[in-house]
Amino acid sequence: MEEFRINKNNGMEIGLYTLGDHVSDPSTGKLMSEHSRMKEMVAMAKLAEDAGLDVYGVGESHQKYFIASSTPTILAAIASETEKIKLISSSTVLSADDPVRVFEQFSTLDLLSDGRAEIVAGRGSRYGVYELFGYDMEDFEELFEEKIDLLLKLNSEQQITWNGKFRPALNEAEIFPKPFSGKLPIWRAVGGKPASAIKAGKIGMPMHLAALYGASSVFKHSIDAYRRTATEAGFDSAKLPVAMATMMYLHKDSQTALKEYYPYLNNTFTQLRGTPFPKDRYAEATSVKNAIMVGSPQQIIEKILYQYELYEHQRFIVQIDHGNMPFKKIQEMIEMFAIEVVPAIRKVTKGK
Amino acid sequence: MKIVLLSGSKVGSKTRTAIDYTKKSITEKYPSAQTSLIDLAEYEMEFSDGRNYLEYEGDTGYVTKTIMEADAVIIGTPIFQASIPATLKNIFDLLPVDALQHKVTSILVTAGSPKHYLIAENQLKPILGYMKAQIVQTYVFVEEREFHRKEITNDDVLFRIDRLVEDTVVLTETYTKIREEKEAAYGF
Repeated sequence: MEEFRINKNNGMEIGLYTLGDHVSDPSTGKLMSEHSRMKEMVAMAKLAEDAGLDVYGVGESHQKYFIASSTPTILAAIASETEKIKLISSSTVLSADDPVRVFEQFSTLDLLSDGRAEIVAGRGSRYGVYELFGYDMEDFEELFEEKIDLLLKLNSEQQITWNGKFRPALNEAEIFPKPFSGKLPIWRAVGGKPASAIKAGKIGMPMHLAALYGASSVFKHSIDAYRRTATEAGFDSAKLPVAMATMMYLHKDSQTALKEYYPYLNNTFTQLRGTPFPKDRYAEATSVKNAIMVGSPQQIIEKILYQYELYEHQRFIVQIDHGNMPFKKIQEMIEMFAIEVVPAIRKVTKGK
Repeated sequence: MKIVLLSGSKVGSKTRTAIDYTKKSITEKYPSAQTSLIDLAEYEMEFSDGRNYLEYEGDTGYVTKTIMEADAVIIGTPIFQASIPATLKNIFDLLPVDALQHKVTSILVTAGSPKHYLIAENQLKPILGYMKAQIVQTYVFVEEREFHRKEITNDDVLFRIDRLVEDTVVLTETYTKIREEKEAAYGF
């Protein structure tokens, strides 16, 4: 775990992430300015740091309804205003980027933040980035596999000789600058299906798993498959951290939470995916066994600990600013999360 | 109520003829229903490449978005090589997994042979079911001999289409009511 800067004595790492989604208010149709939304993401990170959270993530998208296209820039702005919180991409669309440039950017961020930068590399779940940068969806799998191979090499070797299909060859190349302590933690972003988790296990890299809704037990299949594959490939799965990413809404009263959150969740799904969030699926959130993190602080504690029993994961990060959530509500949630939820989770997971 | 009438083939006239009559029947009986007729012969559709339907532009974007906004979809299809045409299957491939959830779908088949009668039952309904549609169970099957110079000449067929329209509207209204009541009970 140390290789990935995870200290088990501190208990489960807990944090926030944003995708920088930029959608209109469902009731008024109004759209916040890009300027305000950008500043909000930085302000939210400061609040997370002040509240004592461990991690802050910024996603990457290159199309309408999202403004976080330059993840390392946003993280760098946050780095200059914070001191302790880890800064991760959640996630970097590595398939549509040059691994050398990604490595340079995050090494730079790592130096600027005194060793707080991490890369979560993924294939992207939206088409926009492929179209914009001229990549073929036909190469969806190959693009990522080749680029992650190079990125991991850049992270472990000083001089790189490499050749591949999607980037000019490197001949004894050296990359500058180097990360703060020599190496960056590099995670693989994984969606709900075990197939992608198996790929992460095969190359023995930490897994960052999105688990948005549905039965929590379903995601255990991916985690088990990941650890089993890693072991079979000769890695020690006990040294490979797992992070869970989802969305959350908190209110001191559980019924109010359920009622208030639905329009935001539904707004996010309707505007970003074009399909409303089905109410019957949402109603399942009242069960501790369902992955949708909506409810009172006590309910959320129970849900996280239920998942912890299943997954034994090392990091849990939530998105709380989606669907045009008012900033005042975000502030309240961070405070409630830090005061009422986080200590209970740390107490149980410390030293494990 | 938004009803989309989809004519699922690029060639031939029988499905379109039957769909035209279906549209006329809706307009006469349910003038307040909003209808959109999509004849795939009139659109340049891309093949599905896996992206979200919102990310297609041009005709592909128009057709997928129009279907996604509908309350009910009446699917007209000929039978090619003992199956639905590729043009129609492509529409399903372009849409998200649960695209037809909370939508009513009904089926109108035109075919050259009575041997094709069960194709909608065995091949089309499983797709609609997978996509979570509420399916009007009874469909209309029209053979080639019922057409003459782009008109349906058999009154029995016309009555059956009228009943399909009625069933579609009644099921859409009923299902909407059931769904509203169920969702109101959740309290969020």
